[in-house]
Amino acid sequence: MKLFVSEGNPHCLKVLAALEVTGAKCDVQYVNHEERVVPFLSRPALPALLLPSGLHLFSSNAICRYLFEVNGQDSSELCNQWLEWEATELQPALLQALHMAVLQGKGSEVSKVLQGPLNYLDQSLSKKNTPYLTGEAVSVADVVLWAALYPILSDSSLALGDRKSVKIWFDHGAAMHSLQCAAQKVLQGKGLQGMKSYMQKQPAPQSSQCRDTQPCNSSPAESEEGERLVSEEEIEAAALTWSKSLNACPLVANRQHPILPQEGKRNLLVTSALPYVNNVPHLGNIIGCVLSADVFSRYGRLRDWNVLFVCGTDEYGTATENKAREEGLTPQQICDKYHAVHSSIYKWFQIDFDYFGRTTTEKQTEIFSGDSTSTGFLVEDTVEQLRCESCQRFLADRFVEGTCPHCSYPEARGDQCDKCGRLINAVELREPQCKVCRQTPVIRSSKHLFLDLPKLETQLEQWLDKSTSTGDWTANAKQITRSWLRDGLKPRCITRDLKWGTPVPHPDFKEKVFYVWFDAPIGYLSITANYTDKWETWWKNPHQVELYNFMAKDNVPFHSVVFPCSLLGAQDNYTLVNHLVATEYLNYEDTKFSKSRGVGVFGDMAKDTGIPSDVWRFYLLVRASRGTGFSLLLGRHGYEKQL
Amino acid sequence: MALRELSSLEKFLGLKKPNKYSTQGDKKVPVLQSNNDPALVGLVTIACHLVKEAKRPELLGDSAESRAVVQQWLEHRVTKLDGCTKEDVKTVLKDFNLYLQDKVYLAGNQFTLADIFMYYGIHSLIVELAIQEKEQYMNVTRWFDHIQHYPGIRHHLPPVAVLRNRIYTGRHH
Repeated sequence: MKLFVSEGNPHCLKVLAALEVTGAKCDVQYVNHEERVVPFLSRPALPALLLPSGLHLFSSNAICRYLFEVNGQDSSELCNQWLEWEATELQPALLQALHMAVLQGKGSEVSKVLQGPLNYLDQSLSKKNTPYLTGEAVSVADVVLWAALYPILSDSSLALGDRKSVKIWFDHGAAMHSLQCAAQKVLQGKGLQGMKSYMQKQPAPQSSQCRDTQPCNSSPAESEEGERLVSEEEIEAAALTWSKSLNACPLVANRQHPILPQEGKRNLLVTSALPYVNNVPHLGNIIGCVLSADVFSRYGRLRDWNVLFVCGTDEYGTATENKAREEGLTPQQICDKYHAVHSSIYKWFQIDFDYFGRTTTEKQTEIFSGDSTSTGFLVEDTVEQLRCESCQRFLADRFVEGTCPHCSYPEARGDQCDKCGRLINAVELREPQCKVCRQTPVIRSSKHLFLDLPKLETQLEQWLDKSTSTGDWTANAKQITRSWLRDGLKPRCITRDLKWGTPVPHPDFKEKVFYVWFDAPIGYLSITANYTDKWETWWKNPHQVELYNFMAKDNVPFHSVVFPCSLLGAQDNYTLVNHLVATEYLNYEDTKFSKSRGVGVFGDMAKDTGIPSDVWRFYLLVRASRGTGFSLLLGRHGYEKQL
Repeated sequence: MALRELSSLEKFLGLKKPNKYSTQGDKKVPVLQSNNDPALVGLVTIACHLVKEAKRPELLGDSAESRAVVQQWLEHRVTKLDGCTKEDVKTVLKDFNLYLQDKVYLAGNQFTLADIFMYYGIHSLIVELAIQEKEQYMNVTRWFDHIQHYPGIRHHLPPVAVLRNRIYTGRHH
C-alpha cells in the first residue's frame, strides 16, 4: 500500500492526518504536483493511494475512510453525511477561498465566501453539543473536516468571524499531535503561502454565481421543453375523466360547411404544407405533414374547437413543366391527373381535410393583384440568369443541374442543394447544364421583382418574438428561423421567366410569373377562397383566428420568414402564423425520400400491400414521435412488433 | 432529478414503502425525514442508508478496498460529474473509459451502488453522443449498456441505443 502526496497540497493534509490518527502501516512517497500517479486520469490527482490489490484511490475522503476502516473504525451514517457535505458544499467554497487568499491576495473576501458553510457547521455543532462531529469520539469526519479547514482557520489574518462552536471543535483537532504533524509536512510552517505553487497549478474555480449557468450535465428536466410537475389534484382529475370514458365527452357536432370563425370559440385554421403535385405522394409527405395535421385537427374537433383544415396541391413551377415534358402532356393536364392521384391517396389514408384544393385557380391570380405588389415592399432589379440558347429560354431552378458552390455536391439543383440544403440561385452553380438538352447555358440579364425582406425585418422580428414565445413552435422550427434571421435577410427574387405560373399583374412583367415558393403560400389563401367566399374571415382576422402551419422542416423558412413578410408587406391585417409544427425527415432505409428521384415507398404502394391505412397511420406516427430523423424500416416484423 | 433517482433505487431494492423526501438549499439537496431518527441529508448518504435498510450491504462493497472504491465513485458522481461543463465532458469520458478497460463493474467484478449512480449521472451525457462517439468510448458504452439492462435499474431513464442498427435491438442474442 502506498500513499502519494505532494507538498503544499491541502488535500494531502487529510490523508496524512488520517494516517497518523489511525496508525496504519503505509509507505508515503512525496512527488511533484504534476505527477500523474493514477494511470487512468488525464489530470494529476493527488493525494492518491495505491491499494494492495493494485487499484488506485484518487479521492482524499475515500482514502481517509479506507484508512479508518482498516484500523477497525467504520463510518456511521452521520459520518457519511459529513463527508458528502464536505465534498459537495465545503470544498467548492474552500477552493475559491484559498484561490482568493493565496493567489489573489484577497484575504478579506474569504469570509464572505465561507460564510455559508461555516455557519452551517457552527449550527450543527451547537445543536449537537458533543465535542466531536458524530459524538464523543473522533471519527473520520472530524479528521477530514479539521484538515480541510486547517489552513484557513489557523491563519489569524483572515477575519472569519466568531463562531463559538466551530472554534471549540477546531481547537480540539488543532491540539492533536497527528494533525499538527500532518500540517507541518504539508505546509512546512509557511501557512497559506506554503500552498502557492500547488494553487498555481489548479484551474481557476468558477465563482459561485456562474456555477449554475454552464453545466451541461444538469438534470434533463430543465431542458427547453421543460417538465411540468403535476399536482395530486390534477392527477386525480385526469383519472376521473379517464374512467368516465368517451360517453361523458361532449358530442362532436356534425360539421356544417362552410366552417367559419365563431365568436366565443377557439378558431383554429390548420394548414398542411401543400404537396407538390408532380408525382405520387410518398410516405415522407404523408407523415410530414398531412398526417400530423390530420391527427391534430381530429383532436381539435373532439375538443370542440372550431377547426378548419385546408390543403391542396401546389401546381405551379418548373418541376411540373419538367414532368409535363416527360409525359408528353400539357402542364394543366399533368396537374389534373396528379391532383386526382393525391386526392385519392389522402382519402385512402383517411386524411380528413375540410377542403383539398389546388393552386391553379383564378382566385390565386385575383388575390395576387391585391397583394404586396402595390405597397412599396417590392423592388425591381436586373438579374443575371442562365439562358439555354438551344432551348431558347431562360432556365431556372429545376431546369438546371450543376455542382453546388458551397459543398461541391455534383447534382445540386438550381434552387436548393439536396445535400447541404442551402438555397442557391441557378447562376451560382458550377458547371451548370440544361436539364433538357445538356448544353451549357449562358448568362443573360433579365428584369425581376424582389420582395424587400430587409425592409420588413423589424416587423417580422416583432411578430416572431410574440409568436414563438406564446405559440406552439417545434424546437427545430425555432432554430431554423433563428439561423435565417441571424444570417441576415436579403431581398428575395419572386418572379421567374416561365410560362406555367401565376402571371405577374404588372405591365412591365407581363411575360413573367411568380416564383413558386412565393406563390405557394398564397395558395393557402386561394384554396380557402375556393372553399368559401368569406375566406377573409379566416385570413384577415388575427384576433379571432389562430393559424397552425404543419410542414416538413425544409419548408420552415418560407413559412416563418418569406410568407409572413409578404403578408406584412401587403399591410392588410393578415392572419400570421401562430403555431409552427415542423416534422423531421422520414428516411427510406438510409437515404432521403425523393419524388423527383423516385426513391421510397409511395402512397399507392402502401394501398397495394393490403395493410389497412389505420395501421400505416399508426406506424408512421409512432416512428415520427421518436424525434430527430427516423427511418422507415420495411418488413412485416416492423409493424407487428409495434402492434 | 435526485429524488427520481432515489425513488428508482427504492424500487430496485424492493423497499415496500416509498419514503417521502424534501429538498434543501438552491442545489436541491435531497433530505430524508424519518420519525425516530434525525434527518439524513445528501444523495449519497441517503442512498447508502436505503441500501442498508434493504439489507443489501454487498451493494456497498464486500471488502474494505471495494467499499472505498464505491464511496470514491459515489463522491465523484456528486462532485465532478454533476454540473460538469461542456469542456470537461471529453476528459470525464476519456478517463472513465480508461478506468473501465479492465473492469466489468466500477468496483471490479461486483455490481454495486457506484454502478447505479454513475449510470444515473452519466445518462444525460451518453444520450447526446453520436454512434461514432459511443464507439470511441468503447468501454464506457459497454459498461453503460450492461448497467442499463441490469434488471430493475433503468426505471425513470429512457434506454439509449448503443448498436448502430436498431433492427436487431431486443431480437438479437
